[in-house]
Amino acid sequence: MKSFKELKEKAQWVKRETLKLHKYAPGTRLASSLSDIEIFVVLYYGGILRYDPKNIKWDKRDRFIISKGHGAVSLYPILADLRFFSKSELAKIGSKDSFLGIIPDTLIPGFETINGSLGHGLGVACGMALALKLKGIDRNVFVLSGDGELNEGAVWEAVMFASFHKLDNLILIVDNNKMSMLGYQKEILGMEPLKEKFKAFHWKTEEADGHNIAELRKVLNNLIKDDSGRPKVLVANTCKGKGVPGLENDPICHVKTLEADEIDNILKGCK
Amino acid sequence: MSDIQIKAMRDSVIDEVYSRMRHNKRIFFISADLGAPSLDKLRKDFKDRFINVGIAEQNLINVSTGLALEGFTVYAYAIASFITMRAYEQIRTNLSLSSHHKEINVNLIGAGSGVSYDVSGPSHHCIEDITIMRALPNILFFSPSDWFIAEKFVDFSINTKGPKYMRLDGKPLPRIYDSAKSFDFKKGFCELVKGDDVCIVSTGYMTHKALKIAKELCGKNRKIGVIDMYILKPVAEDLLFNTLKRYKRIITIEEAFINKGGLDSLISNMISRRNASIKLISLGFDDNYIFKFGNRDFLSSLSNFSEEDIIKVVED
Repeated sequence: MKSFKELKEKAQWVKRETLKLHKYAPGTRLASSLSDIEIFVVLYYGGILRYDPKNIKWDKRDRFIISKGHGAVSLYPILADLRFFSKSELAKIGSKDSFLGIIPDTLIPGFETINGSLGHGLGVACGMALALKLKGIDRNVFVLSGDGELNEGAVWEAVMFASFHKLDNLILIVDNNKMSMLGYQKEILGMEPLKEKFKAFHWKTEEADGHNIAELRKVLNNLIKDDSGRPKVLVANTCKGKGVPGLENDPICHVKTLEADEIDNILKGCK
Repeated sequence: MSDIQIKAMRDSVIDEVYSRMRHNKRIFFISADLGAPSLDKLRKDFKDRFINVGIAEQNLINVSTGLALEGFTVYAYAIASFITMRAYEQIRTNLSLSSHHKEINVNLIGAGSGVSYDVSGPSHHCIEDITIMRALPNILFFSPSDWFIAEKFVDFSINTKGPKYMRLDGKPLPRIYDSAKSFDFKKGFCELVKGDDVCIVSTGYMTHKALKIAKELCGKNRKIGVIDMYILKPVAEDLLFNTLKRYKRIITIEEAFINKGGLDSLISNMISRRNASIKLISLGFDDNYIFKFGNRDFLSSLSNFSEEDIIKVVED
C-alpha cells in the first residue's frame, strides 16, 4: 500500500495521462473522467480493491463495475500502470487497432461489463454479490455510478433489491459531481438529499470529499468493515472537470472538448 | 403425431428446470413476480436459488446477468411482452452486447406469446417480439409448438451457453412431437408433414392450426406440407432452403406482426437471396393493435388469418 504522498502523486500522474488521452481522442468525456480520479487511485493503489492483473478472472478478486462508463477514461492509465495491458496501448486510444474506446467495453482487460449505457451497473452488481455469497467467496462488489445516472429507474429497482437481500458485500460509490450532460442536477431532477434517499431504502451510508484521498480511504475502509448486514453507499462529493479551470463550474463541461494547445498548457502547469 | 395430452409449455419447462436444480447447484430461477402452478414447489424447495425480483423486469435482466457472469445458469421468467419490451435495452446491453466476449447463460422465459392472453387486451398481447428479438445478435430464439419440445429444450439450454429467448404460449396445448428424435435444436425446424406443392411454415401455436388444416384438406387430391419453425435464430438456412425449394407455394403463419422482420421476413429474405421462384404468402397480424376481445381465432380473423381464412388461402 502506498503512502498518502505517493497516492497524491499518483493522482497527479493519472490526471496528466487523462489529459493526454483526451488529446489523442478528443471525443473522450474529459470533465466526467476528472471527477473520479482520486476514487480510482484509492481503490487501486490504496489497498481497497483486491485484483490480479496476471489473472483477471481470479475468483478471489473484488469485482468493480464502472457503471458511469463515460467517466472511465482516467482508469485506462491506472490499468496500464498495473499491467492489465501494455502502456503502449494508451496512445492508440480510439484508433482502428486499439481496444480502448472513448467509452470502455468488455474487450479491455480489467473491465467486467459493458458500461456505456447508464443505470445497468448496480443491478448487475446485485447479481454478482448474490452469486459470491452463494459460492462462499468473501469478496466485495464495488460499483461506481454518477449522480446523474441515478435518474435511471432501473437503479432504484436495484437499490430496493440490494437491501431486501441484505447484500452487505455490495459497495456503491456515487461520483456526486452534481452535473449531467445539460447542466446541474439540482436544475434537472434534484437528487438531494441523496444520502437520506439511500437511508430510507435501508442502506448504510457515508459521505466524503471525493478528492480527498485520506478521507476516501478511511471511509471506504469503514464501509468494508461495517457488519450491519446492509448494502453500502459512499456519496463522494466531487467537482466535474476537477483541476481544469476551463471545465470546472461550466454547466455543460460534460461535452466540452479542449484543444491540443490548451491541454499542452495545462500539462506544463501540472508537472 | 401422438398422444393428445394437453399441458402448458411453462409447466413442462419449469418441471424440467426443477429436476435439474436438484442435481445442478449452479442453476438459478428468477421471476418478475410471475407464477405458475409448477413453480410452487421450486419456490419452496430451492429458497436460495429462486428469487422473485418483484415487478421489475429491468432488474430481472440485470440481476440475471450478474449471476451468469459468475458462472450460474439462469432462467429469467416474466410475461413475454414485458420481459422483451420493458427490459429490451437491458437485454441488448447486458445479454446481446456483453455475450460477444463473455459467457452469459441467461435463458429468458417469456410466457404468453402472441395473443395467448387473448382476453387480456393489447398490453398483454406479444406480437412484436419476433421482430425485435431477432434483431439482437448472440441471442438464440426458441419458439416451441408443444410442451414436449419445450421440456427437451431445457437440457440444451444448460449445455449451450449464451443468452436465449424462449417464446412460450400461455395456454395448455396438445403434444405434437412423438419423441426427441424428431427434432434437433441445431437444425431448428421440422417438416411435420411432407406435402406436394404447397407448404405451410408456422411457429408456436400456429403450428397446431397448420396441422389441423393440413389434416382437413388431406385427401382432396393434394397433400399440404407443414414445417414447424421452432428456432427462429440462428436459422440453418441451407437445410431449410433445401426443404422449402421442393414447394411451389409457401404460406407463413405466425401470431405476430408481419411485414416487419418476423417469421415471414425470415422466409422471404431467404427466398429472395437465393433467387428462388417460390410464391410466398404471409399471414399474421397487420400493423395495428387489437382492442377487441374474443378467442384467438376471432382475433386472427381481424387480420384475415382465421382458420377459415387460412383454408381459403391454401386452397386458392
